[in-house]
Amino acid sequence: MDLGEINPVLLVASLMVAATPLLLAAIGELVVEKAGVLNLGVEGMMIVGAISGFAISVETGSPWLGFIAAAIGGAVLSLLFVLLTQVALANQVASGLALTLFGLGFSALLGQSYVGVKPPSMGDIHIPLISDIPVIGPILFQHDPILYVGIALTAAVWATLKYTRVGLILRAVGENHDAAHALGYKVIKIRIMAILFGGACAGLGGAYISLIRVPQWTEGMTAGVGWIALALVVFASWKPWRALLGAYLFGGITVLQLNLQAAGVAIPVEYLAMSPYIITILVLVILSADKSSAPASLGRTFHASH
Amino acid sequence: MKFTTLLASAAMALGLASGAMAEDKTKVGFVYVGPVGDGGWTYEHNKGRLAVEEHFGDKVETVFVESVPEGPDAERVMTQMALEGADLIFTTSFGYMDPTINVAKKFPDVKFEHATGYKTAPNVSVYSARFYEGRAVQGHIAGNMTKSNIIGYIGSYPIPEVIRGINSAYIHAKKVNPDVEFKIVWAYTWFDPAKEADAATVLIEQGADVILQHTDSTAPQAAAQEAGNVVTFGQASDMSEYAPFPRVSSIIDDWAPYYIARTQAVMDGTWETANTWDGIREGMVAIGEITDAVPADVKEEALALKAAMAAGEYHPFTGPLKKQDGSDWLAEGETADDGTLAGMNFYVEGLEGEIPQ
Repeated sequence: MDLGEINPVLLVASLMVAATPLLLAAIGELVVEKAGVLNLGVEGMMIVGAISGFAISVETGSPWLGFIAAAIGGAVLSLLFVLLTQVALANQVASGLALTLFGLGFSALLGQSYVGVKPPSMGDIHIPLISDIPVIGPILFQHDPILYVGIALTAAVWATLKYTRVGLILRAVGENHDAAHALGYKVIKIRIMAILFGGACAGLGGAYISLIRVPQWTEGMTAGVGWIALALVVFASWKPWRALLGAYLFGGITVLQLNLQAAGVAIPVEYLAMSPYIITILVLVILSADKSSAPASLGRTFHASH
Repeated sequence: MKFTTLLASAAMALGLASGAMAEDKTKVGFVYVGPVGDGGWTYEHNKGRLAVEEHFGDKVETVFVESVPEGPDAERVMTQMALEGADLIFTTSFGYMDPTINVAKKFPDVKFEHATGYKTAPNVSVYSARFYEGRAVQGHIAGNMTKSNIIGYIGSYPIPEVIRGINSAYIHAKKVNPDVEFKIVWAYTWFDPAKEADAATVLIEQGADVILQHTDSTAPQAAAQEAGNVVTFGQASDMSEYAPFPRVSSIIDDWAPYYIARTQAVMDGTWETANTWDGIREGMVAIGEITDAVPADVKEEALALKAAMAAGEYHPFTGPLKKQDGSDWLAEGETADDGTLAGMNFYVEGLEGEIPQ
């Protein structure tokens, strides 16, 4: 065993990469749930985003266009969820599960001709001067642009929910849709926007896996990240910064446990393998000991006649 | 499970509807642990399935379900297949062992074939390939190619099959490079591209310049390519899209001849419980093209090693060999018996770390 073999700078840098898909998907779902909608289709939207982004960036040679396509792909799939739950007033849990199943199969179909293809590389941003600072430089300032988009998005969602009128209306719809309706807010319209936003974020998260983290296309490659994102939103008590903390914690321990294994640390591997799940849940459960609770209308169907 | 499952079920429903006409067709089912597009393990099993279809044409009907988790869900999938009239079911992952035995008890007339396991029953056969022969060739090349003398190994689960591969690769790497060191990471999954890529990246960050994998996706190949100067090997399938570098060679599983032979046996009514374990000689294990990234003399030695195993002149586990704890295992010239290999649960001398229990 030789802990000296673990380079802490590289460790922190790679934990941020490992956490980003989870963060993007979780932030999107957080907004959806704040609007009172439970969309269990995150995994499906992620994988569709992963293949749309991959396909478009391979065809056009531009990773940026790929990410835009991924966001659109995720949003288009979430449109299906909109039709089912907001227009046809179907059960949200069942519709979300269907969305995941559909997304997994549909992406496999779309991806048939992309197995084994290599995507164009996005490259990292090296900001002059500050990226050369020892330790801090490689950790904070030498990443791909999407990683920064994830953090910026967290900040934007937090600020919007907390300080703006739009955020207030969104929360009102999520807490009590009848009251919001009585005040004249378009409950369905607001929820549709939130669902589309969530779909776009999940799509971005999926494309981050297929274009940057892995990078390649393989069927089923999101391998459950969408479900972890869903759990993360609950454990983060619907608070953006806690979602970021949870994602970094989860990504960090995932990478750390692999590092510990490779360095030959004498902790049984089974414990290391389960540690990301346990530690993330523990920390967030302890944090959520305050009074924060789920949006009151979460998962309830709204119809103006009620 | 998925879209394909839906298609398969729809096909099954149609099949039932026209059951009277299709009475004499032999129905063969396949249970896969990953998606057929994984580019590795499941991809090769599916190639075997397609070969069965092509060989028998109208006389056979195949169905498959992909991405079936190892556990109770597998039992449900197998039961469903048996209920829908499958005559022969191939369950293609180690973790399906107990589910296969359980379901086989309930359907004594259906034949089951379980890959890489060791439990048999009157209607359950087991089959596997001697992947460790291919690992010997890999180890030989890896030991020659490494400059940092650190070889990273991505393990899936600590089961005998994977441990055999690690031991075999290590013995042959050590033979050509006494300074070589193995760093082993257990991913606890057969298929999770993101995790496999992370594991490969971690190993590379800790100095490995050769990565061996016992997981199913091509993600470690992509990670190695990103790093630039890291050598990899295709696992279970050729993974030639990453040739000539980083992928310098591969182990290919060729299941088609076996699947065709067993289907034929069911048709002829000659099927019997068997324990098949074939290697390079029988063609179940093939070595993918060794690319020019490997020096010519190393390539020649590797091919000679392969030829010696094909001719039955050389066994990868030939003494003198000691176990990790220093106790004697094989004496000079002695070779390991299949029983020990099938249940291998120890590292050979020189490997560091413990096998998770």
